[in-house]
Amino acid sequence: MAAAPDHAPKYAQLPLSDKIGRAMPLLLVPVLVLLGFLSIGSTSSWLTLTVSGLAMGMMIFIMASGLTLVFGLMDVINFGHGAFISVGAYVGISALLALEGWTGVPSLMLNVAAVLAAVIAAMCVTGALGWGFERVIVRPVYGAHLKQILVTVGGLIVIEQMIHVLWGPDEIYITRPEMLKGAVTFAGAAIEKYRLLAVVFGLALFIAMRLVLKRTKIGLIVRAGVQNGEMVQALGYRLRLVFIGVFVTGSALAGLGGVMWGLYQEVITAGMGEEMMILVFIVVIIGGLGSVEGAFIGALMVGLLQNYVAFLEPKLALISNIALMTAILMWRPQGMMPVVKAK
Amino acid sequence: MSDPILELSGIHTDIAQYHILQGVDLAVPRGGVTMLLGRNGVGKTTTLRTIIGHWQSKAGRIRFNGTEITTLPTPARARAGIGFVPEDMGIFSDLTVEENMILAAASGPLDPARLEWIFAAFPPLRTFWKSEAGNLSGGQKQMLSIARAMAEERQLYLIDEPTKGLAPAIISTMAGALRDLKKKGASILLVEQNFSVAKALGDTAAVMDDGRIVWAGEMAELAGDSGLQERLMGLSMEAH
Repeated sequence: MAAAPDHAPKYAQLPLSDKIGRAMPLLLVPVLVLLGFLSIGSTSSWLTLTVSGLAMGMMIFIMASGLTLVFGLMDVINFGHGAFISVGAYVGISALLALEGWTGVPSLMLNVAAVLAAVIAAMCVTGALGWGFERVIVRPVYGAHLKQILVTVGGLIVIEQMIHVLWGPDEIYITRPEMLKGAVTFAGAAIEKYRLLAVVFGLALFIAMRLVLKRTKIGLIVRAGVQNGEMVQALGYRLRLVFIGVFVTGSALAGLGGVMWGLYQEVITAGMGEEMMILVFIVVIIGGLGSVEGAFIGALMVGLLQNYVAFLEPKLALISNIALMTAILMWRPQGMMPVVKAK
Repeated sequence: MSDPILELSGIHTDIAQYHILQGVDLAVPRGGVTMLLGRNGVGKTTTLRTIIGHWQSKAGRIRFNGTEITTLPTPARARAGIGFVPEDMGIFSDLTVEENMILAAASGPLDPARLEWIFAAFPPLRTFWKSEAGNLSGGQKQMLSIARAMAEERQLYLIDEPTKGLAPAIISTMAGALRDLKKKGASILLVEQNFSVAKALGDTAAVMDDGRIVWAGEMAELAGDSGLQERLMGLSMEAH
């Protein structure tokens, strides 16, 4: 072995401004919560709105997390993602309606079992649908953004119409399982049980996703693939298989988000996924393409801001998220924590 | 001479509307360093990228270890034993040095003995093992890029301008590591603009011009003939 010549390594220390800049996105959610507290004034109203905003944010994150990875890994713009949300909601809610005997009794065990069964059914169906969607619709248009938009929007429309054929054109109203109805009172604020559950569930899913991405080899491959797919392939990994796995997982998560959103709204429609896609795209864009952490922070901000603004100035609620996206993009044109640079 | 480890016959590659490789014929001998030389823009990088499969050739054949790999996808070529170090280094900057190396060991966990060998060649990688690769200096990134290719035993290494823009001390480290690889029996196809490195490392050389190999032979022959250098590359190595 040849001895290495003298070479005193030095760590390229980041300047303080860069360190602060990197940490800034992490501070945005606490800052927004604090601003909400100062603007709303009433502690109980603020607490209710905050939990509601966090619950909404968690559900949007679940729907958006798969899309941001698909975008990052294979540079695919999938407008059809909304179809998985709708299909997930219909399959899950149908399962819950079929299990009425379990959801209508005040038994935590039976209620949770029914919700779990609904979630598993929704994720299996949307995962399988995602596999077919990738194979038939997305695969022929890799590398062609305009075609991707056209064919995935087409796929979304076809699947929405199929929902009308299978379940009928009317919206379906549902009630939550007995033990998820009602609210708990804390510090004078009434907090819906279901929203608390959504917050806990979303947080658990985010932690699980981070663990998979940071601690497992498949997570390493996904993170590396988002940055430089060509190099991952040159190391010997079949990135296509990884991409299919991420696409199927992302579709299944969208289905899960659809069930949760359906239970949150207590009504489902074939167009609900399409409507949610506006928020989902805002989250993916402000979070930074390919970034799960960015999507998480972005989703929480979208959920919180929408709830605070709807309380403070209802007329502005509709534009609050567009305003948020504009502000974030003026500050960071590639989103808060981009993994993939603009192509 | 034994069978070449890599043979390109009549390779044509297009990038968009540009016809870059126009019939490349190249044989890389087993167990030595072959320098791929030529002026900027003659197709050296495209040749390496075509061999690893990032660009698909539209005509011609590529044989590696006696097996045709022309239509194989990139991961299959890598698993067959070809390591690739691209010109831009291809570092995963958001991953740590450790994570970059773990990923480089595609067929299983990193071999500790091999890792020690890599650390001996590139000491800074041990120092910054837990640091994000994006925070390394240019030279350290290049070390990581080559170390990644060395993480598993490969029969052929395709290395694109590993000394570009580096300080002399680091160039010397790179050259030492490549010599070690050669001693271990690996074959190397090296694109290099630094002619003193090319002269020191190369056993054989191939010179490209206009998307073709225009000369191939012993490196010593090319290094010793300034007229030939002038004719093939428009400059003399004596100037370097």
